[in-house]
Amino acid sequence: MTASAPPKLSTAVPLNVIVATDCGSTTTKAILIEKIGEEYRQTYRGEAPTTVEAPFEDVTRGVLNAIAEIEELSGRKILDDDKIITPNRASQGDPKTGVDIYISTSSAGGGLQMMVTGVVQSMTGESAQRAALGAGAIVIDVLASNDGRLPHEKIERIRSMRPDMILMSGGTDGGAVTHVVEMAEYVAAAEPRPRFGATYKLPLIFAGNKDARSQVQRILGDKAALEITDNIRPVLEKENLAPARDKIHDLFLEHVMQQAPGYKKLMEMTGAPIMPTPAAVGVIMETIAKRERLNLIGVDIGGATTDVFSVFRGIFNRTVSANLGMSYSISNVLAEAGLSNIMRWVPFTIDEQTIRNRIKNKMIRPTTIPQTLDELQIEQAIAREALRLALIHHKSLASGLKGVQQERTISDMFEQQASGKTLIDMLQLDLIVGSGGILSHAPRRVQSMLMMVDAYEPLGFTALSVDSIFMMPHLGVLSTIDEKAAVDVFVRDCMVYLGTCIAPIGQGKDGESWMDCDIAFSDGSIIESHLKFGDLQVFPLESGATAKITARPAKQADLGAGPGVTITREVRGGVVGLMLDGRGRPVMLPGERTARAAALTKWFNAVNLYPVLDAEG
Amino acid sequence: MAHSYTPGLTVTDRTMVHRRRLLPLAGEVLVNIGDKVRSDQPVARVRLPGKVYPVNLANQLSVAPGEIKEYLVKREGDAIQKDEILAENKPIIKWFKTEIRSPVGGTIESVSSVTGQVLLREPPRVLDLLAYVDGIVAEIILHQGVVVEADCALVQGIFGIGGETWGDIVVAVGSRDEPLLPAHVSPAMKGKVVVGGSFLSTDTMAKAKATGVAGLVVGGIHDKDLRELLGYDLGVAITGTEQVGFTLILTEGFGAIPMAAKTFGLLSAHAGQRASISGATQIRAGVIRPEIVVPYREPASTGAGRDRQQEGVRLGDSVRIIRDPFFGRISEVSALPHDLKKIPTESEVRVLEVRFSDGTRAVVPRSNIEVIEGG
Repeated sequence: MTASAPPKLSTAVPLNVIVATDCGSTTTKAILIEKIGEEYRQTYRGEAPTTVEAPFEDVTRGVLNAIAEIEELSGRKILDDDKIITPNRASQGDPKTGVDIYISTSSAGGGLQMMVTGVVQSMTGESAQRAALGAGAIVIDVLASNDGRLPHEKIERIRSMRPDMILMSGGTDGGAVTHVVEMAEYVAAAEPRPRFGATYKLPLIFAGNKDARSQVQRILGDKAALEITDNIRPVLEKENLAPARDKIHDLFLEHVMQQAPGYKKLMEMTGAPIMPTPAAVGVIMETIAKRERLNLIGVDIGGATTDVFSVFRGIFNRTVSANLGMSYSISNVLAEAGLSNIMRWVPFTIDEQTIRNRIKNKMIRPTTIPQTLDELQIEQAIAREALRLALIHHKSLASGLKGVQQERTISDMFEQQASGKTLIDMLQLDLIVGSGGILSHAPRRVQSMLMMVDAYEPLGFTALSVDSIFMMPHLGVLSTIDEKAAVDVFVRDCMVYLGTCIAPIGQGKDGESWMDCDIAFSDGSIIESHLKFGDLQVFPLESGATAKITARPAKQADLGAGPGVTITREVRGGVVGLMLDGRGRPVMLPGERTARAAALTKWFNAVNLYPVLDAEG
Repeated sequence: MAHSYTPGLTVTDRTMVHRRRLLPLAGEVLVNIGDKVRSDQPVARVRLPGKVYPVNLANQLSVAPGEIKEYLVKREGDAIQKDEILAENKPIIKWFKTEIRSPVGGTIESVSSVTGQVLLREPPRVLDLLAYVDGIVAEIILHQGVVVEADCALVQGIFGIGGETWGDIVVAVGSRDEPLLPAHVSPAMKGKVVVGGSFLSTDTMAKAKATGVAGLVVGGIHDKDLRELLGYDLGVAITGTEQVGFTLILTEGFGAIPMAAKTFGLLSAHAGQRASISGATQIRAGVIRPEIVVPYREPASTGAGRDRQQEGVRLGDSVRIIRDPFFGRISEVSALPHDLKKIPTESEVRVLEVRFSDGTRAVVPRSNIEVIEGG
């Protein structure tokens, strides 16, 4: 599977000045990219509230506001009333006027909400889900012949969900058509209606058994804007997701986006097709993984959703946890994680009623920011849980193909692994990339690093990085037009390496010797570290620098080569440095409140996470 | 820096609202442009398709899907009564006869020779779309609905639950910071919109429900009480279909928070008048806030009903602080510094200075205030 990138576009003029926006569900972010010498750099940024709601109900208003902020900061004239001046007028002797192209991504309007259908839930149902997720959609339900729901329940579900689009799959080519046709009959009976626009037909893609096409056409041709494309699972052992995903993109642009307030205008303004934000982030995440040949987990934690991306052994996967986010969905994180799981990351006490009210107040006023340190700590605690839950969700979907018979040897008989086990192997993970407001805008970068370490509990040696100011979506869409520009900005201005986390697997007793390390820096100096179980240490190692580390774990601690086995590795630095995590895996927080607060305070102070904390905060 | 639009809640004594009333499916519009309508008057009507019941005849008759048409007693499009024979076989020995009776009354929507299924659809249900507010039909949207225009007082709440309802406004408390207690709720409040002050407890909600109050408007409630009322923990703020016995509107938020003086004063000034209220809230793109609409019977004098377009926060604006440590306090903007300022979290953000009624001042991030809009 690959991320969903539209074909490369070429532009008539050389691109020297680029303005890009991402219209989020809350905020529209604009960045200016300029060619300085032979290199592209991100120079200015602006933001404004997204305006798909009253009194404006026109997404371009927020776009113009965000660009106007760039104009003020940069001194470059970009707007002529409501028009973006293109191309840049440098050749006319006016180098501070205009841009060469304007591009945009969008998740305003709640993103693309899809319903998918398959025959067998864990096979074609899951393949259809992966195709939709890869195209940047939120999958609001997966219907399958064997999903346990009665036929009339399925019909009611389709009627009530009001998706933006339906993707129907099912059956291998040449296989049985009955169940595929049955599902088409249910969809037809439900007469699905889209969320936006009462008068247009719902886009529906059929990507199932090719032998069922004529039947599906007969049943659904008049009831939906039906498009037929290649089967996403032509044979059991193979997924063919690209044609369906491309079709989702086309229909999203042609039908769904045009229904959202102001999108027709926005589409006229942009010099390249608007991409759904998650698809654009997927493109850039996959680019990083390919460029550096890494196994990677990326996360974009937003206000409404948390998107997780992974590339393992070259296979790209994306999932969206539709109701795990830090503003609109913050209360749902509380509901899913439970208060005790959130409070385990908070180093002070607060009564349940107060924290519940605070979380609900953030839900109803999603654009507010923490003003006090305790509020910041609570939000970062919630973020840890949102990240953790979204990764669990991702692991369950990022799996091999289910239903495929695997060859097994006699030794496999003792290892009961079902087909379709998760592709996410934390020991093989090279890099975690964080993006989204709470990670990109954390006041101290070490806060971003520890949030991800606590949530994901990386094993062995894992590098971490963060999107400096949340510009991955912009670069994702830019990479479809000018890869050099996207890569230049990505390397220089976007990706901030935080450092490397080294964490042995296993459990010990607090204070017992857990891992000894020799850290050899490139200037020849060596630091010896004696890490005790339950300790967290950070050693500075700046961005771009590497160090050779020889780690000797205790006999019950495992860095990936086996318990007690010494490993020597070159590790990468970052703005935080090397984090030696001696808290064991999995991390077991003390159950008793005072002991837990003391442990958290010790860890937080050890890495200089916040302004100095007492045991009670 | 450019002006940016700061979302706020409208609390205004006179404005013109336009409410789009749209059918879920294409239907029939019942009124004309210029018609005066009442909140409970149907303005459009649609026949919603009935529920669908699949019956797998091939399985039940033990025949191939392609053969079921031979066994059908009724055809596609035919009406059928509940328990009427839908299909039957014709064996040589009548003891072996199988009759399949219809589980519902309705019509035969489709017969599939691929799956062997018959889809039965119940009769359509008539749905009347009501005007919701007293006003004038300003626009007809062909086959879909109307726009109703109303000259009214308008209060937007921050969060609500429950659907649209109507009733006369009763102010049950003496001041905006007084909690609404069970003792405040009397039988005379049946069918009324009851305005409380700072807080609403579970006991008061129970009494209001027993009394048959149409709506409750208060400053705040505790989240745990909302959970108790709904029976579940609300994950995202998309509401409006709850059926808890009344419509609830919060004007300030969660916790015990005095209602803004302007809001309480406005609702008090309209006590005894009929209001249309809706608890529907959607805090996502295309935001919907709960509202209390009090239509005027007389037309507005010249110039009335026009709010200034909110373009950004200005000195002297009345604002509500919407985040701790000053959550819920109403104040006035006293300074708008341009430069970014470091706040206690160490974030550098745009801030403003506010002055409280006691003369004290505070610096807060601009994201943490809400303009109280409306003239």
